[in-house]
Amino acid sequence: MSKNWPLWEVFVRSKNGLEHRHCGSLHAADAEMALENARDVYTRRSEGVSIWVVESKHITASNPENNGEMFEPAQDKVYRHPTFYDLPDEVKHM
Amino acid sequence: MSEEQIKNLEAQFEARIARDEKIEPKDWMPEKYRKTHIRQMSQHAHSEIVGMLPEGNWITRAPSLRRKVALLAKVQDEAGHGLYLYSATETLGVSREEMYEQLHKGKAKYSSIFNYPTITWADMGAIGWLVDGAAIINQVPLCNTSYGPYARAMIRVCKEESFHQRQGYEIMLKLCNGTPEQKEMAQDALNRWWWPSLMMLGPTDAESIHTEQSMKWKLKRKSNDDLRQQFIDQTVPQADILGLTIPDSDLKWNEERQSYDFGEINWDEFWQVVKGHGPMNKVRMKARVDAWENGKWVRDAAMAHAEKKQERKEKLAM
Amino acid sequence: MNKNLYKYLLGIADNSLILGQRLGELCGHGPSLETDIACTNMSLDLLGQVRSYYQYAAKIAGDGRTEDDIAMLRKEREYFNVLLVEQPNTDFGYTMARQFLFDVYHFLMLTELEKSTDLNLSAIAKKSIKEVSYHKRFSSDWIKRLGDGTEESHKRIQTAINDLWTYTDELFHQTEADKAMVAEGVGVDVTKLKGAYYEEVNAVLEEATLSVPESKYFQKGGKQGIHTEHMGYLLADLQYMQRAYPNMEW
Repeated sequence: MSKNWPLWEVFVRSKNGLEHRHCGSLHAADAEMALENARDVYTRRSEGVSIWVVESKHITASNPENNGEMFEPAQDKVYRHPTFYDLPDEVKHM
Repeated sequence: MSEEQIKNLEAQFEARIARDEKIEPKDWMPEKYRKTHIRQMSQHAHSEIVGMLPEGNWITRAPSLRRKVALLAKVQDEAGHGLYLYSATETLGVSREEMYEQLHKGKAKYSSIFNYPTITWADMGAIGWLVDGAAIINQVPLCNTSYGPYARAMIRVCKEESFHQRQGYEIMLKLCNGTPEQKEMAQDALNRWWWPSLMMLGPTDAESIHTEQSMKWKLKRKSNDDLRQQFIDQTVPQADILGLTIPDSDLKWNEERQSYDFGEINWDEFWQVVKGHGPMNKVRMKARVDAWENGKWVRDAAMAHAEKKQERKEKLAM
Repeated sequence: MNKNLYKYLLGIADNSLILGQRLGELCGHGPSLETDIACTNMSLDLLGQVRSYYQYAAKIAGDGRTEDDIAMLRKEREYFNVLLVEQPNTDFGYTMARQFLFDVYHFLMLTELEKSTDLNLSAIAKKSIKEVSYHKRFSSDWIKRLGDGTEESHKRIQTAINDLWTYTDELFHQTEADKAMVAEGVGVDVTKLKGAYYEEVNAVLEEATLSVPESKYFQKGGKQGIHTEHMGYLLADLQYMQRAYPNMEW
């Protein structure tokens, strides 16, 4: 028997108020070890106040081949952005 | 896919890179791009972890507590950098274990500078100053390379590595401002590490394969010879500040080129070390293989334990 | 100078120095990159604590000696660490067993030291306790993984625990300096930690499916400066530069 430690993705919140951000990956036998390893590998220089780990195989990713149908239809929906609307200059911040 | 379709995809792919777009793991990529990246990135990762060994050799003997913790932190960073780079390479569909196997069987290369021995404390200074100095010149342009995971890993590496060269230079400075014996130790280290550091930037352009393709993919931004010239030009004044002499009688400032001319590199020595016959090749590889093999029972135990825990959890849930 | 306080400080600091040195040997040779990085972190924590203690000790000595003089220029007999921490990295099992058997003690000791009437000591303890709390968690987890892992790992970690067990009792011995410091409210009465220590250690061993060694024979001597055969070699490395090139700055 020789199974390799699976791969985990690591997300770190750098300080309260900010979101967790993906910062890399590592190997660990289980979730507890993944957390400990993430602490030792990715927060050595006080980079974080909170860590999430998730085994890489549990992530479902969109396929870049479908990028056309997935993301392009949003491009012409300019009315979702504030600059689409014409307002007189007198109306300052809105 | 027909040949024409592939050609078409390749053309689109090259165009994306030319536009400075990043390539991400699940994007279509030519097989050659994948293979070249696996080779270069794993080689880079191997260099980090083999590079731990010559410096690790002095952790237990560091001359002061301050030096000891700084050296430990530096060697630890190298482990971290190896880890970032292995992880980035894994996104190309190769496992860390496969990469290790390549290294252990002598099929994968690593920077041959680490096949030289560290025989005095001053070598910690020389490595930090020269070897990390040369590495930074190589690495900074990679922060902008075309493969996203590699570029991101390199940004992290470069950010963390900024203290390494300073640490090395500070060690040299202290020696050069110390007793005559200490200064001699520093000069001796420079004598031994200077030429291998120049070789570290790779064979001359005439003998370097892969370069053109690598330039296109932004795996390389400058030729080996240009990088070497840059390294020499920035390092010579630093040696002057230390009051040390670069061991090259042909070294002199060329007013016209606004660069230093330098002597002939002993490429026979370079190829000898690359081919596995440097002073420490076998010792370094044995250390890596031993760590891996002696750790097998530990890694297996952790996996077995994780599986048992999972089973117990599932049983409880039923 | 307050000789008892000085000696008391060394007693605590030397444990961290020698264990930190041992862990430092492993850097670059761990069973996985992740574990390698973790062990180096522990080494760095311990050496950081050492520097705080020795800097304080140097101040008490008040004769110009530095943290490095204290760390690297004593004779073997003048190091007062317990025998446990100088034991070699025979394999990862021994390394984790040594760590675990020390961490449980270290945590209990620091928890008491934080209450010291000596504000310097109390401050060092307060900072160290967070580090050591993590060490204890890390090493306990590994004891459980190795104990309740494979047949081979179970055997190896049990052997390591059995072999190192003989050094545990010394953790709770008191030197004259200890007694004087306890009387002043500065030091920790380690004899009172023994019950809690074995209770905690035994609980982890049990969870790790390991048996608690039954031997009632223990080794001692470190606290008096009488060490095992390993110590001389460790010091030869540690002191090499300072001995070969005396009176220089690095």
